[in-house]
Amino acid sequence: MTEPILAEHHPLDDLIRADRMPHIWCPGCGIGIAMRCYAQGILDSGLPVKDHVVVSGIGCSGRVAGYMNLDSYHTTHGRAIPFAMGIKLAKPELMVTVFSGDGDLVAIGGNHLIHAARRNIDVKVICINNFNFGMTGGQFGPTTPRGAIATTAPYGNFELPFNLPYLLAAAGANYIARWTTLHARQLKKSILEAFSKPGFTFIEVLAPCPIGFGKSNNINDGLEEMELYRDRCVMARQGEMNPEELEIDLREDKPILIGKFIDRDRPPFHPFMKGQS
Amino acid sequence: MAAEQVRTGLHFMSGDEACAEGALAAGCRFFGGYPITPSTEIAEHLARRLPEVNGVFVQMEDELASMAIILGASAAGARAMTATSGPGFSLMMENIGLGMMLELPCVVIDVQRGSPSTGLPTMPGQSDVMQARWGSHGDYESIAYAPWSPQEMFDLTIHCFNVADRYRLPVFLLADEVVGHMVERVAVPACDSIEHWERKHAATPPGEHFEPFKITDPDLVPPIVHAGEGYCIHYTGLTHDERGYPDMTAATHNELVTRLVEKVRVNRENIIRTEGYSLEDAEIVVIAYGCTARSARQAVREARQAGIRAGLLRLISLWPFPEEEIARLATRARSLIVAEMNLGQISREVERCARRPARGVFHAGGMMIPPDPILQAIREASA
Ligand SMILES: Cc1ncc(C[n+]2csc(CCOP(=O)(O)OP(=O)(O)O)c2C)c(N)n1
Ligand code: SF4
Ligand SMILES: [Mg+2]
Repeated sequence: MTEPILAEHHPLDDLIRADRMPHIWCPGCGIGIAMRCYAQGILDSGLPVKDHVVVSGIGCSGRVAGYMNLDSYHTTHGRAIPFAMGIKLAKPELMVTVFSGDGDLVAIGGNHLIHAARRNIDVKVICINNFNFGMTGGQFGPTTPRGAIATTAPYGNFELPFNLPYLLAAAGANYIARWTTLHARQLKKSILEAFSKPGFTFIEVLAPCPIGFGKSNNINDGLEEMELYRDRCVMARQGEMNPEELEIDLREDKPILIGKFIDRDRPPFHPFMKGQS
Repeated sequence: MAAEQVRTGLHFMSGDEACAEGALAAGCRFFGGYPITPSTEIAEHLARRLPEVNGVFVQMEDELASMAIILGASAAGARAMTATSGPGFSLMMENIGLGMMLELPCVVIDVQRGSPSTGLPTMPGQSDVMQARWGSHGDYESIAYAPWSPQEMFDLTIHCFNVADRYRLPVFLLADEVVGHMVERVAVPACDSIEHWERKHAATPPGEHFEPFKITDPDLVPPIVHAGEGYCIHYTGLTHDERGYPDMTAATHNELVTRLVEKVRVNRENIIRTEGYSLEDAEIVVIAYGCTARSARQAVREARQAGIRAGLLRLISLWPFPEEEIARLATRARSLIVAEMNLGQISREVERCARRPARGVFHAGGMMIPPDPILQAIREASA
């Protein structure tokens, strides 16, 4: 047996509020993996930590702001993006990331999301899509796949979900990618790319929520959902955006397209200033 | 501040324009808003003026976003403002509560119109008064001023920024359509004579142990730090402890919410503003604010000419309510009259503090209350 290596210091120690541990997340929850990728992205970004700011809305994913040892703002449900815009426009030198959930960003905050993408404001969005409202106990939301069981969809969700990459592409974002918590390396790389891409960037991260979503949909634990990702995920060819292929339907054996879908350079939002025009 | 950023001199301008110029003179360099009558001229004026002074003007997708963006800008250190009217003020309530909880200074202008709902978009009202006090859920103490002239739209907008920064909360300017659209003489003072109250910044340098919501001063206001200064501060709308960390216990909650309320109450002498006209020997006291106070002053003048000892207490600030002053007046005056363009909002407060009924001159809005019904009420009271 090899001896375990005991490290005094984890490279991410300074980036995480150790004094707030243990966190609230359930065993098997995917949010922590995505947060770790974000933290690693910050370290690798080369920007001083003090220039990174994180803003979250409300939800399990929204708790990320409270665990990152950055200037961090845990705001109201759905309003993280306009709050983040205020920080970014008042101090353009800051790298402002919105880390939040699908319900927060797409249900109650959907209007802000599409308008921020349309403006192409230089804010980095990391959206945890766990197909449900985890925090409030597994209700369906605008990303819940058709047919999935949720506490407010006991007979199966009969609404059609948003196709997030396609929505954001139409709205105007400069950078759009989708990964899962199984694709931690790709996700970190993608976050780094987003940091260096001026304009609005959107990274959807499919993440297990074994408690709110998995349990009632025959996905027994976090690991099983990761296996589902491994079996179903297919890398997209960049630049090709077939809306039907991007849809997620967990009932069928339909592939889940992941990868970078959009990487373009539309002019980012700048407030008009006479002296600088 | 460069002199051209303050338009020193005498002007003939509308209340809405004066408000916008007041904001610029106060050093406001950030506006986020959504157009709505009768406040739109404020946004229009700032859309032209802010780019001249390297300020940020953003037209948002709605008032939820407008309120959120100015809080974000304030968190990064900017003096930030939005302007709206009743329907938008309703939408702002959610993030006004966030501003109270995060203690982020900013200014919200509400140019009131006839309400509820869409009501009378182009006509005046004063019926958002209680909303400004109690509109967002939970206990908090709000601060609101009610200008009665374009000059005061200018002066009080500056004052709102000062009070917001000093006490760390969103502050309301409760104007009305009459005052917002009225054009009058506005004197803009010299740049260096404009009062500027600074935010109380933390003295601890970044990197050292710092508890952002720890109270050490008797004013109960925690010193502020901003995004990007290196403090790695956490702000949350959840109940939080002195470190700013969520602490969902009844004890912490009671302590926090009580302090948020008390920080306004203990500083009320620096916040409350009233003005008296012929009050010295008044037996009949009219209480009014905003555009209605203009009619009330006229009614009091006419009553005096008719030999009635009437006076006017003009409320320049509405919240916190001048409880002591009303109680004092109530002991001397024979009769109290409240004139307001709603069906009795401030009059409740007056009756509560006076511990007796007040006569009301009310109108639901849509037109300014003329002097006559106020004079009539004075005559009835003196009979
Ligand atoms: C205005 C408002 N409405 C409703 C809620 C209750 N609520 C809290 S979190 C949440 C859903 C969060 O879903 P999501 O963003 O997907 O986060 P998750 O917990 O799944 O990570 C809701 C509805 C709230 N906090 N505020
Ligand atoms: S409810 Fe779901 S999203 Fe929330 S912590 Fe648990 S597993 Fe994660
Ligand atoms: Mg969710």
